[in-house]
Amino acid sequence: MLELKNLCFTVNVDGKEKNIIKNISLSVPDNKMVAVTGPNGGGKSTLAKLIAGIEHASSGKIIYNGVDITDMSITDRAKLGIGFAFQQPVKFKGITVFDLLRIASGKRISVKEACEYLSSVGLCARDYINREVNASLSGGELKRIEIATVIARGTSLSLFDEPEAGIDLWSFKNLIEVFRRMREMIKDSSIIIISHQERILSIADEIIVLKDGELDRTGTRDEILPSLIGTSSAVTDCKMGAVNGGEE
Amino acid sequence: MMQLDEIQKRLLYEVADLHAVPEGAYNIRSNSQSAGRRSTENIEIVSKTDVSGLEIHIKPGTKNESVHIPVVMTESGLKEVVYNDFYIGEDADVVIVAGCGIDNCGNQDSQHDGIHRFFVEKNARVKYVEKHYGSGDGKGKRILNPVTEVYQKENSSVTMEMVQIKGVDDTERTTKAELDKGAKLVVRERLMTHGDQRAISVYEVELNGKASSADVVSRSVARDDSYQKFDAKIIGNAECTGHTECDSIIMDNGRILAVPGLEANCIDASLVHEAAIGKIAGDQLIKLMTLGLTEAEAEEQIINGFLR
Ligand SMILES: Nc1ncnc2c1ncn2[C@@H]1O[C@H](COP(=O)(O)OP(=O)(O)OP(=O)(O)O)[C@@H](O)[C@H]1O
Ligand SMILES: [Mg+2]
Repeated sequence: MLELKNLCFTVNVDGKEKNIIKNISLSVPDNKMVAVTGPNGGGKSTLAKLIAGIEHASSGKIIYNGVDITDMSITDRAKLGIGFAFQQPVKFKGITVFDLLRIASGKRISVKEACEYLSSVGLCARDYINREVNASLSGGELKRIEIATVIARGTSLSLFDEPEAGIDLWSFKNLIEVFRRMREMIKDSSIIIISHQERILSIADEIIVLKDGELDRTGTRDEILPSLIGTSSAVTDCKMGAVNGGEE
Repeated sequence: MMQLDEIQKRLLYEVADLHAVPEGAYNIRSNSQSAGRRSTENIEIVSKTDVSGLEIHIKPGTKNESVHIPVVMTESGLKEVVYNDFYIGEDADVVIVAGCGIDNCGNQDSQHDGIHRFFVEKNARVKYVEKHYGSGDGKGKRILNPVTEVYQKENSSVTMEMVQIKGVDDTERTTKAELDKGAKLVVRERLMTHGDQRAISVYEVELNGKASSADVVSRSVARDDSYQKFDAKIIGNAECTGHTECDSIIMDNGRILAVPGLEANCIDASLVHEAAIGKIAGDQLIKLMTLGLTEAEAEEQIINGFLR
């Protein structure tokens, strides 16, 4: 279980303080898939970075399975079982898809195992396994590889930051299946997905709405989803088709 | 073949991936002497008579054969200049593996200066691999100053992989090439320096024939207090395409100077230079740390990939 207690994140912009995350308290229980949604710039990615240790809270606490991880490094949090798929996947030079999956899994995996991770995100493994993780891969391909690295880690708290962005309408169905399966096999772990897509929100157990760095609403899917439909926080399929699966 | 000791064997493995006597033609030079040689029907290796070195004659039409000419040095204080000339016949398609490993445990400098000349005839294809490696903890330096000259006839193609990752204290590499019509040169250099090592790499490529092309790419890492200079000049004297690239990572107090040099003497010459120097990208470190690596482990993976 993840607990955030009065979490604040403030940055200094041109000598002025800017509050990006404002006093957020919430908990993500085990065996739950929680969706985080809300308008652009609301603080969703920042919240995920605070949990993964990429940003450090200005005040407040982050408790994971009873351990205070507020001041822990990224590496230590990763070792505790926190995984994070970035909104914008990082590109490398010379590091291959196989390297990344091998690093993620933390052991010597076979090519066959690595291929299974790729297949599970809808990539034809043989075409990708030896490719470099660089700009020669399309945005959608990079996103899927990013998701596969988190799956390969087998983490107990997995964060996905807009996994659907850049993924076309056809593959989107596939992706929903990936997350549905993850939900089914959650087994003592928890999943946080940042998303604007109704189809993703509708497989979550709980929904958190972030607005201007504040917790706007939180509750079960059935409590929250109806009020979101039609708003920009829950883009439906046909609207999504028009913008080719991307947001912003 | 002459008996090689464990250190010599290790050096051989580092520079030429050799566990045993290679297939095909070879000459192994150890502490300034030939430790073994084999010519084949198509590839003849003979010693030069005027200076130290070899002449390697590859018959026209030789396909899928290889030549290994590794050099190992384990005696401190040895200094040598070696001249190797390669004559590659028309239509041949061969792999040439050179490379030098120095183990210096003594207090005197060890130095190997290899002067390699390649005469590549029409339509021939050559892949040339050269690795440099140094080990040993003596005060004596390990110095390598390779000079490579390439003369390419019509439609020939040369690919060079030059790798120097570890243990060479001081190196000045000079590579010169002249290309005729339709000839193609590809260079991939991988370089890492540490401690107070110094590495200078100078290229001068003349594109003299119509539709000739050169692509010279260096990837390098300078750590600790080391210094590197990459000085790549391409001269376009005809309708041609030339590209040089220096992509470098600096760490600690490492310093790198990249000197672009393009000279177009023909209106149809198209020449490009790219250079990027900087520290390891922060987001790459962060990504690997979220996969459970420490910062140092992440650095190592990034550098390994970069220099692959
Ligand atoms: N280090 C920083 N310095 C200054 N401003 C920042 C910093 N990090 C985030 N912000 C700002 O905080 C706000 C929240 O950003 P964040 O990326 O968390 O939003 P988001 O909810 O993920 O938006 P989107 O839906 O567009 O992905 C934005 O206005 C952003 O510009
Ligand atoms: Mg975001």
